Amino acid sequence: MGTYSTNEFKNGLKIIIEGDPCNIVENEVVKPGKGQAFNRVRLKNLKTGRAWEKTFKSGESVEAADVMETTMEYLYCDDEFWYFMDPDTFDQVPASAAAIEDAKPFLKEQERCIITLWNGAPLTVTLPNFVEIAVGETDPGLKGDTAQGATKPATLVTGAVVRVPLFIDKDEVLKIDTRTGEYVSRA
Amino acid sequence: MIEQTGANPAALDQQNTGERLAKRAATLASIRHYFSQQQLLEVETPLLGQYPVTDPQLDNLRVENPFAITSADPDYLYLATSPEYSMKQLLSLGSGSIYQISKAFRQDAPGRLHAMEFTMLEWYRIDYDMDALIDDVAALIHTLKPNTAVEKISYRDAFIRYAGVDPFIASSDELELIARQKMDVSFTNQHKDIWLDLLLTHCVEKNLGKKGMTFLFDYPESQSALARLAMNADGQKVAKRFELYINGIELANGYHELTDAAEQMRRFETDNQQRLQRGEPAREIDAGLIAAMNRGLPNCAGVALGVDRLLLLL
Repeated sequence: MGTYSTNEFKNGLKIIIEGDPCNIVENEVVKPGKGQAFNRVRLKNLKTGRAWEKTFKSGESVEAADVMETTMEYLYCDDEFWYFMDPDTFDQVPASAAAIEDAKPFLKEQERCIITLWNGAPLTVTLPNFVEIAVGETDPGLKGDTAQGATKPATLVTGAVVRVPLFIDKDEVLKIDTRTGEYVSRA
Repeated sequence: MIEQTGANPAALDQQNTGERLAKRAATLASIRHYFSQQQLLEVETPLLGQYPVTDPQLDNLRVENPFAITSADPDYLYLATSPEYSMKQLLSLGSGSIYQISKAFRQDAPGRLHAMEFTMLEWYRIDYDMDALIDDVAALIHTLKPNTAVEKISYRDAFIRYAGVDPFIASSDELELIARQKMDVSFTNQHKDIWLDLLLTHCVEKNLGKKGMTFLFDYPESQSALARLAMNADGQKVAKRFELYINGIELANGYHELTDAAEQMRRFETDNQQRLQRGEPAREIDAGLIAAMNRGLPNCAGVALGVDRLLLLL
């Protein structure tokens, strides 16, 4: 397993802290007038999402996290795992419930997602910023009602519930912003 | 960011180039005017030398010596981390009080407040002690920024006030415990000075110079560097060393200078022992400085001030 010296610290570098892969969000060298230099680092634990500040002695070595990002297509799930496929090699990897937690409400088959792999296994699944998903369930649409601001809940086929304008009907395909979880428009 | 107009034209953009260059030039002119009025002599000393520094926390940048022909010639020449040793040679030769504005070079990871190349103002006052030099530094800053408030606090009092611990009495284990209560630290079981440096940079410094200048003085003996030792009012041995902070940023480091050549030699050797313990080669001790101290360094106090940081704060 490789290591990084604190001299190599920069934003986006992935390292292992207490067994968990972490992302360096910010790195600042602090040094008294004379004396030991330190790296004050803002880290994000990629498994738990926790962000915090940790101080290293400059010159220390830290274990590198074998983390890479790749685009993969969602295939299907069984009771335990969500399976993703590399569109070039057709290799498949199973993602755990924890890894797909954030993506799950808007995850539909054949969606191309950014998968962060750690030691070859999916750590996080990130959806495209915009996805198109059909409405599974909602009150019947009110034709011609385009009143500003009036909304109703709609359950998408992926399970997420979003607020939509009153004119939206069941089976319509909607454009959703996955970062906010909000309806954007009809697709 | 460190103000790098002198070192790095690429850090400038067209909009404020003229303004920043003018400010830098005016500040340098004011500094020279102050010292000229005070009758200090401006000097220039070599930036390229044969000897590196021993200080375990400081590394020189070095260049290959293109004229190393015989085995007696040095393979490398070292860029000065400060003009201190050269200026002390001048003092030992009877220069009287002197000042210098020069470039300094250090193997420091570049960052918000650090650059490998920066501008340093360094001066020495014959027959000054630490307190007199602190007043001198404050007077210089007042010519550049009138009415700046001046606060003086001992290293010990600053730790008691801002880190809740007496740095002279606490053991290394106690300091580690306090550090761990205050922050997440990746290392353990260190020399006491490492914990002191950690608490200083993470808990104390941000409180210094909030209203103007804060002079932190009377450092622990283990951090005396090139300062002489004395007893404080409580009978504790302290180094007659000070640092100036403005806005939490360290701006200057000064000493009532050590003049005892044998004691200086011992400190250099201690530096080298620390380097060896870390698995690094020892550094060759500067024979020029030791010769100067043997010849006789006059009683004096000296200080180095970072000009780029000063410009940032003015």
